[in-house]
Amino acid sequence: MSKKFLTAVAGMVLAVGLTACGGNSSASGGGNSGSDKITVGFAQVGAESGWRTANTKSVQESAKEAGIDLKFSDAQQKQENQIKAIRSYIQQKVDVIAFSPVVETGWDAVLLEAKRANIPVILTDRAVDSQDTSLYKTFLGSDFIEEGKKAGEWLVKDSEGKSQVNVVELQGTTGAAPAIDRQKGFADVIKSAPQIKVIASQTGDFTRSGGKQVMEAFLKSNPKIDVVYAHNDDMGLGAIEAIEAAGKKPGVDIKIITVDAVHDGMQALADGKINYIVECNPLLGPQLMDLAKKVVKGEQVPQRVVTEETTFTQEQAKTELPNRKY
Amino acid sequence: MTSTRPLDRFRSSPLLWPLVALVVLLAANAVVRPSFLALRFQDGHLYGSLVDILKNGAPTLLIALGMCLVIATRGIDLSVGAVVAIAGAVACSSIVGAGDPTSAKAAFVGMGLALALCAVLGLWNGFLVAALRIQPIIATLVLMTAGRGIAMLITDGQIITVRNPTFRTVGAGFLLLPVSILIAVAVFVLVAIVTRKTALGLLIESVGINPEASRLAGLRSRTIRWTVYVFAAICAGIAGLMISSNVSAADANNAGLWIEMDAILAVVIGGTSLAGGRYSLAGTLLGALIIQTLTTTVYSMGIAPEITLVFKAVVVIAVCLLQAPKVRAVLLRRTPRRPARPVSDAEPAAAQHAQTPTASMVEKVAQS
Repeated sequence: MSKKFLTAVAGMVLAVGLTACGGNSSASGGGNSGSDKITVGFAQVGAESGWRTANTKSVQESAKEAGIDLKFSDAQQKQENQIKAIRSYIQQKVDVIAFSPVVETGWDAVLLEAKRANIPVILTDRAVDSQDTSLYKTFLGSDFIEEGKKAGEWLVKDSEGKSQVNVVELQGTTGAAPAIDRQKGFADVIKSAPQIKVIASQTGDFTRSGGKQVMEAFLKSNPKIDVVYAHNDDMGLGAIEAIEAAGKKPGVDIKIITVDAVHDGMQALADGKINYIVECNPLLGPQLMDLAKKVVKGEQVPQRVVTEETTFTQEQAKTELPNRKY
Repeated sequence: MTSTRPLDRFRSSPLLWPLVALVVLLAANAVVRPSFLALRFQDGHLYGSLVDILKNGAPTLLIALGMCLVIATRGIDLSVGAVVAIAGAVACSSIVGAGDPTSAKAAFVGMGLALALCAVLGLWNGFLVAALRIQPIIATLVLMTAGRGIAMLITDGQIITVRNPTFRTVGAGFLLLPVSILIAVAVFVLVAIVTRKTALGLLIESVGINPEASRLAGLRSRTIRWTVYVFAAICAGIAGLMISSNVSAADANNAGLWIEMDAILAVVIGGTSLAGGRYSLAGTLLGALIIQTLTTTVYSMGIAPEITLVFKAVVVIAVCLLQAPKVRAVLLRRTPRRPARPVSDAEPAAAQHAQTPTASMVEKVAQS
């Protein structure tokens, strides 16, 4: 009895599914040729941080402004969810698929499906590790190496004329692309200034408590620290607490450079506790919509588009702070 | 059966090897950097690496205490990390939403709310385990998975920063020593008195050894099991307040991440068997201190982040091996007096039971 019931249900689901598919494809096909409204399927990583939330908001808002029909899915940090979402976008025959890959590898199969269905793919924020670069049109995101370089350049300039500058580095999660690249960019630039020395480098996992614990240990094991370079604002904020607990003044006794420019970081910068922040911009929605339009029109787009990003000093932070959305 | 000579008793004590491990770790630090053991006064409180170990180890110690009692009843609580995140999220969002976010009243209301909610979560765990008889590992897995989501919902996925001096005291404040370790030690002493000076400890152990027999003997085994889960959740709640107070922010994603593994490891290193029954509070204290010392060692010795996990894994494996009866027997150059001892035999039960955690657990802990 129950078996029969199950079969019946399964049959019904299948039938509904089939009709739904058929209906969808004809509808969206008609819609596309009739009006110029572009449909973009966006598969987000999840909502793991304030940065990511701002990223999502930016994509959603700029789609509305650009008059683009956005289909949004949240993968909750799981690759299989993202693959499912992309497959469903392929079935729905969206015009462009955009996504921030959770991890770097394992995308070839699903991207090939998209390619065969003639749907262009745009990567946002994170890259994929694939031999075949024809699987996606372009990669829109920050250049983490460049961010590290900007941080290094400020320090080199700031250290002119000093005899010795001891730097401690708070790395991001070991093995994560931003951590590797921000370290590399920074190291490349400070080579030109022999007085700058990285005396300790340790991971703080991109978290405030991680940054605080590591900094507490650094302060005890290294008597003379001049500069903290943190791979994100949160670790820098943790370091500020540790420095204050040690009876020193962050931003004065020990200078702090961070990357990201989220609201709390900008607040600390405006308060004079951080000296310099390199922006890592989550608001890449407008650029993404421009690219989507170009791709649909068949215009050539570069393989790599770098997000528009800036840097902030303490004075700039004071003026920028009221406009900070995230 | 027990040797009367104090030295022999000490040598067969399950606390010996954890203690040795802790001393070796501290000594290694002192050799590499003699200032490691140095203490000085800074703004009216003690300042030094040892103080850091106590301060940062306090949350793990608290959670391990709760975990120890849960494990003694043959249970396990995987949800403590999620409870940590929820406690921080509730307290911080309540403080931020209060009329005066810097007042002491706002801090107490926020912390009270957080702990009350944690008690409810403990009741939920206890309900699943004691009343519905769901296996503890599955029952608490529910909240482990869902809890972080709840915390994210409360914080809206954002990191909530608070500026409240009273709230800050819990995790970052000092009364000569860090307030957090004072709280943890107070709870430790309380638990020690309540379970060791009354019959409660014995009852918990008997529930862990044989719940059914305990029930038939007239013990309210269901109530006891239920209570330890509530206690574990409250401990996790206090730890959550410490962790978020230490950085004056609630981070639903990362607060207390994998801390359940640290806590379980602390209990196991301390010589308490995952099979339930006999438990050691002093061992748990040592275990928690070893784990935090290990972390601090990595930072202050400048061990490269790429090999940190391997370093931690090696130390953890070494300590667990030292806890294994066979290895101990070899090291002490004698065979166990009675190798095949029945489980219910009381005396060296803790040492006999002590299991090495599975490889996957060691790995998880190393990651945290």
